[in-house]
Amino acid sequence: MTASAAVPLAGSPTEPFLRLAGLRKAYPGVVALADFSMDVHPGEVIGLVGENGAGKSTLMKILGGVIAPDRGTIAIDGVPYDALTVGGSMRAGIAFVHQELNLFDNLDVAANIFIGREPRRGGLLQLVDNDKLHSTVKPFLDRLGANFSPSTLVSHLSLAQQQMVEIAKALSFNSRLVILDEPTSSLPIAETEKLLQVIRGLKAEGISVIFISHRLNEIVGVCDRVVVLRDGRKVGTLEGDAINHDAMVKLMVGRDLRVAYAPPNIARGAVALSAHKLRTGTYPHREIDLDLHAGEILGLAGLVGAGRTELARVAFGIDSAHGGHLRLDGQPIRLATSADAVKAGIFLVPEDRKGTGLVLDLTITENISLPNLPAYARNRIVSRDAEAKQAEVSKRELDIRAADLGGRAASLSGGNQQKVVLAKWLAMTPRVMIFDEPTRGIDIGAKSEIYKLMRLLADQGVAVLMISSDMEEVIGVSDRVAVMHEGHITGILDRDQSSEENILRLAVGRPLH
Amino acid sequence: MLKKDLGLLVLIIVVGAVVAIINPRFLSPINIANTANLVGLFGIFAIGQGFVIMTGGIELSSGSVIALLGVIFVDLIANRGVPWPVAAAIVLILGFVIGLVHGLLITRMRLQPFVVTLCGLLIYRGVARFYTQDGTAGFPFGVNFPDLEWLTTGRTDLIALATNGAARSIPIPHSFFIMLVLAAIMWIVLHRSVFGRYLFAVGKNEEAARYSGIRTTRVVIAAYIICATLTALASIFFAMYTRSILPSGHGNFYELYAIAAAVLGGFSLRGGEGSIVGVILGTVLLQELQNLVNLLGIPSSLNFAVMGGVILVGVLADQQFGAYRERRRVAEAARQTAPAESAAAR
Repeated sequence: MTASAAVPLAGSPTEPFLRLAGLRKAYPGVVALADFSMDVHPGEVIGLVGENGAGKSTLMKILGGVIAPDRGTIAIDGVPYDALTVGGSMRAGIAFVHQELNLFDNLDVAANIFIGREPRRGGLLQLVDNDKLHSTVKPFLDRLGANFSPSTLVSHLSLAQQQMVEIAKALSFNSRLVILDEPTSSLPIAETEKLLQVIRGLKAEGISVIFISHRLNEIVGVCDRVVVLRDGRKVGTLEGDAINHDAMVKLMVGRDLRVAYAPPNIARGAVALSAHKLRTGTYPHREIDLDLHAGEILGLAGLVGAGRTELARVAFGIDSAHGGHLRLDGQPIRLATSADAVKAGIFLVPEDRKGTGLVLDLTITENISLPNLPAYARNRIVSRDAEAKQAEVSKRELDIRAADLGGRAASLSGGNQQKVVLAKWLAMTPRVMIFDEPTRGIDIGAKSEIYKLMRLLADQGVAVLMISSDMEEVIGVSDRVAVMHEGHITGILDRDQSSEENILRLAVGRPLH
Repeated sequence: MLKKDLGLLVLIIVVGAVVAIINPRFLSPINIANTANLVGLFGIFAIGQGFVIMTGGIELSSGSVIALLGVIFVDLIANRGVPWPVAAAIVLILGFVIGLVHGLLITRMRLQPFVVTLCGLLIYRGVARFYTQDGTAGFPFGVNFPDLEWLTTGRTDLIALATNGAARSIPIPHSFFIMLVLAAIMWIVLHRSVFGRYLFAVGKNEEAARYSGIRTTRVVIAAYIICATLTALASIFFAMYTRSILPSGHGNFYELYAIAAAVLGGFSLRGGEGSIVGVILGTVLLQELQNLVNLLGIPSSLNFAVMGGVILVGVLADQQFGAYRERRRVAEAARQTAPAESAAAR
C-alpha cells in the first residue's frame, strides 16, 4: 500500500468508512473515470448505475486494488491512500461478489469459502480439519438465512444460493463493504428477492453495500442512495424518494428516454412452430404443448430451472427430445442436430453469449459468416471478399460499433457482441427466432435497439420466442407471455393479463385466481 | 506466412549454417537428398497430426499404424501377389477406417482422444507383431517393383531433367515432392476452405460452433480420418524406404515426432491454432537436428535429449518473445496517447 502518512481522524459515527476524492483514470484514448468523489457510510446501501462503459468497472478495479488511479485519494477510516493494493483492499474489509461467480463447483460450500485458508491439523501432514471448517462456516450461512449446509456441493446449488456462498465468503473476511457487481442479472424473480433480503440483512449489521445493477427496479427497492455514472463522470446522486426509474434513466442517458417498447402486434399470423407433448431430458415426465405464431413475440417466463432453456435447446436441435415432437408450419420436423434447425430457418440467440453465441477468438467477420459459410464459398473455398461485404452490411444495419471487423469478437463490448450474434442469423432468412435472455448484462441503449429489432422481425412475419427472467422486459416486449414451471407450460397470458403478479403465480405453479 | 513461421525458418537457417560451418558435409548433395527424403516421410503424417491437434485432440497411434499397415502392405505385395496399386488402396482404406473408428469413439462415445489413441497405439502394435509372428516382414530375394520403387524411393534431378542432362544439381527424392504437393492441398483445405474454417471454429470453441449450426462431430471425425489416411500413405513410403519391417520397433515414437513438429510449428494442444507451413517447418527442424547429431559426432544415444532440449528452448523463447511484444505494444499505445492527454488537459 502506498500510504502517505496522515493524521487519522477520530472515527466518529458520522465518519464515512470510505471516502473517494477526485479519482481519475485514463487509458490510451479514453478517460475511464474523471474527478470522481463519493462517500460510503457504514450500513449504507449505494446503488451504482450507468450504461456499459460509463466507468463502473474502472471504479471497481480501483477499489479492488487491481489498478491505481492517476489522481485522487482513497480514504479508509480517514486514512488517505493514493492507491490500494489487492491485499490492502482485502485487509481494509472490501469484498467483491462478481457477476461471474468464481466458485469451484466440484468442492463443497465450506471448502469454497475457506479455500486457501483451510484450518489444518495433523502437524506435518497438514490435513484439512473438516470439522472445524464446517463449524466455522455454519454461522456465516445462518447470518444470510441460507437453507443449505456447509457440506453441500456447490454444483447442487442454485445460482442465487451460489451467490450467497460468495457473500458468505466476503463475510468470512470480516468485510465492512461488500460490492455486488450485477448479482441479479442471472437470477429469476423469486431468487432475486432472496438476494435483496440478504442485502438488507447486511445493512442491518452495519455493513456497507455497493450494488451495481442494470435492473433499475431492484435499485429502487433496496438502495439508500444512487450514484449515476456517465462517460466516466458522476452525473448525479439520487436519495430516498428521489430514487425512481425515470430519474435514473434520465441521468444515465443524459436525456429523457424510457426503454422504448414498440407497440404490440395484434394481428398475428398462422402457427409457425409448435410443440406437441414435447418432453425434454431435464423433465422427462412433463409434456410441453405450445404454439408459436408467425409475426408475434411470445415471451417465455419462469424461474431459472423451469425448463425454458432446455426447450430452446430441443427446438434448435442441440438436444434431442425425450418424447413428443415439433412441427414447423404444420409439418412434423426432426432436428437431429443444430444444422437441421438452421436449415429449417430456426435460429437461436443463446443465453451464454461468450461461451456459445460467439467464437471469441475468431474475427467479427468470421463469426458473422460462420452459420452460413457455404454461401460465401465457391467450390468449398471461402471468399473473404464476400464475407467482408456481408460484415459491412451487418455493421451498418445493426450499428455494430467496432473499429475493425477483422478484429477478434472478444474485443467488443457486451452489447456489440450480442449484435454480432444477431448479425449471424439476420444475414440469413429466419423463420423462427429464439432469444434466450437476449439483453442480460447489456446497457439500456443497446437493449432498446434489440427490442426494436425483435419487433421488426415479428412485423416481417418471423415467429419470435423470447426467454427472459426480466419481468419488465417480458411484460413490455411480449405480445403474449407463456409461463413455465417445472418442465411444463402453466399458462399463457394475453397482453392485457400479463402482470407481474399473474406471471409470478404461474411461475411458482399456482393457479391464476 | 505468419511471423511465427518466419521465426522458425530463420532458426532452421541459422542452425543449418552453424552445422555447415563445422561440418561441410551437411551441404553435400547426398546428405541434403537423404534429409529431404526423411522430411518428406515424416511430413506426410505430421500434416495429418496437425489436423487432429487443431480440433484440440491428439493422435498417439501413428507409429503403430505405420508398423501395422507397413507389414500388411509388404505381405500383400511380396507374399500374396496382390498388385501394388490394389495393395496401396487397401492400406489407404484401412487407414481411413482406423481414423473413422477413432473419430466415432471420440465423438459418439465421448471418450477422450488421448485414451482412444493410446489404446490404438497398443492394439495396432500388438496386431502387427502377431501378424508376422514377431518376425520381420520383407521382400524375398529378387522381388522388385520398379514403378512403386520409383514413386516412393526414386529421386529426380530437376535441373538435369529440364536441361536434358546438360547441367546437374541435387537429385530430390520423390517422397519430398509428394509431401510438398500434399502440403499445398492441405494448406488450401485448412486455410481457405469451408471445412478448414469449421476446424478453427471447432478447435477454438466447439460449443459455439455447434450453436452456429455446424455439425461438429463430422468435423472432428473428418480430422481423424485425414490424419489416419495420411499416416497410411506414409506407412507405404516407410515400408519401401526400410524394405524390411521388424514390427516390434518399426515406427516407434513416430507419433511423437509429428506432435513435436506441430508444436514447434505453432500448433496449440488446446486446439484452434496452427498452420500447415508451421508443421512442415517443424518437421524440417526436427530432421535437421537428427542430422546434426550425426554430423557433429554427438553420441547418437543423446539424439532424443537434443531434440527435447531444442523443442523446450524453442517453445520457451517463443513464449517469452510473445510476452515481450505484448509489453512493448502496451507501452507504445500508452506513449501515443500521453501527448494527446496533456494537450487535452491544457
